[in-house]
Amino acid sequence: MSDVLLADVDALAAEVPDGAKLAVFKAEGGCAAMAATCALIRRGVRDLHLVTVPTSGLQADMLIGAGCVATVETSGVTLGEYGQAPCFGRAVRSGAVRVIDSTCPAVYAGLQAGEKGIPFMPLRGLIGSDIVRHRDDYRIVDNPFAEDDPIVALPAIVPDIALFHAPLADRSGNVWIGRHAELKIMAHAARTTLVTCERLHEGNLLQDEALAPATIPEMYIGGVAVAERGAAPYGVTGLYDDDAGRIAAYASMAKTEDGFAAWLDETVHGRAPAVAAE
Amino acid sequence: MAGDYALEELLIATVADLLEGCGHIAVGVSSPIPGSAALLRRHRDRQAGKRTRVSIIGTTLPEYRTDGGVDLFDSAGQGRVDAFFLSGGQIDGSANINLVGVGDGYPQQTVRWSGSFGSAYLYFTVPKVILFRLEHSRRTMVEAVDFISAPGTSPPGVHRPGGPYALVTDLCLFRFDRARARFRLSSVHPGRTVGDVRDNTGFDFDIPENVPETAPPDAETLAVLRGTVAPDIANPYPNFARRVWDVPAAA
Repeated sequence: MSDVLLADVDALAAEVPDGAKLAVFKAEGGCAAMAATCALIRRGVRDLHLVTVPTSGLQADMLIGAGCVATVETSGVTLGEYGQAPCFGRAVRSGAVRVIDSTCPAVYAGLQAGEKGIPFMPLRGLIGSDIVRHRDDYRIVDNPFAEDDPIVALPAIVPDIALFHAPLADRSGNVWIGRHAELKIMAHAARTTLVTCERLHEGNLLQDEALAPATIPEMYIGGVAVAERGAAPYGVTGLYDDDAGRIAAYASMAKTEDGFAAWLDETVHGRAPAVAAE
Repeated sequence: MAGDYALEELLIATVADLLEGCGHIAVGVSSPIPGSAALLRRHRDRQAGKRTRVSIIGTTLPEYRTDGGVDLFDSAGQGRVDAFFLSGGQIDGSANINLVGVGDGYPQQTVRWSGSFGSAYLYFTVPKVILFRLEHSRRTMVEAVDFISAPGTSPPGVHRPGGPYALVTDLCLFRFDRARARFRLSSVHPGRTVGDVRDNTGFDFDIPENVPETAPPDAETLAVLRGTVAPDIANPYPNFARRVWDVPAAA
């Protein structure tokens, strides 16, 4: 077994230090590493600077509710059709978490600067919004190639760790991401990337002409752990569907702190992990 | 509400009319009515031999998919997206939208919503942005938003090919005059009055001498919605399609 292959999600969670700038992927499509999120809460990680790429749902809400997050940099935390993200709302209102509001393409653009190793990226839009007004790390600069053309310069986003769930990985640490090409930007920008996968691919993903274009090479990957149904209660495209009942149950329970604590007891601290709950 | 149609069907038909001439219509999250309107527009355009494209975030139907989130924003930046939809917990008379929260003291406001998503970019880059909000009240239609996720207008010199075109609510349709930064009442939905709109709107707007009733969907439109649009929109929005049309998702 190579070093990159870790025993389980708890071993993966142990690789995330307190205070890390941690990038996580949006809920749709099954790339949110939910089993690993439960493991992070079990490990009691603290003071994370969470970057949602570009949004998040249950994952950010649970980490915030469990007290793991000091700062959340996001374009949106929401349970979608199931309503507002209750722990996020409570923590922002009370000041328990510091929120840095962004907009989706600005998160991608910041990561693109990160993956190129350049200090900033310009982006259209934004001027005149309260997002810019409250972001002292953004600058409105003059387009150096034209007269009278102000444009926003966004600093590079370089996460310490990118974390996501994928359908397949191999024993060398290559990871197949399917159609979610944005995961490449996230992994390229981060100093290292931790991945949970549904199952291991026998052989090398980069030797398969059909799979290689949607594969992140192992040079970017710091650790892989197998986690079957690792995105649940979210679904993985082509493998399993959203567990609507569980997401609705969360939306309802997390409305109160006691309800949220009961959810954690049941799905995180209980012996039956969230991924197997039905 | 009057006639043998649902309010949702009236709104879908109204939005589809606004989308005339748009070659590429993109639909974001939490937008079942705009998504249905885009599909109705595409159906009509195809009947007329036009190749209208619809991209819907969150669907798994291949013909509505894009190359991912970055692709949607990059193509909008290039001018490849003609229409998009935005909403707001608050919308004001200058078409500023707020997706962040209510109250003073940001970030510790009294109400916190999800966040601005792609609004602060797409409002600038997409030529025809249609604002959509099903709750038309003084709580949502305010004099000035508490947080500007995306501004309705920009000063001269700011690159802005895009912006607000119309505002559709459960009471009425407004059109937006970008030069004057004001809404003008365009039509009032059946069973509603100009007085209803005035009473429930917190911002000042223009009222023409004659305000028509919003045209109800005709039989052909209803047949297309129920037969063709419903199963497709059920793919990203199963709950919506079940509630309005009682249909399951297309495979």
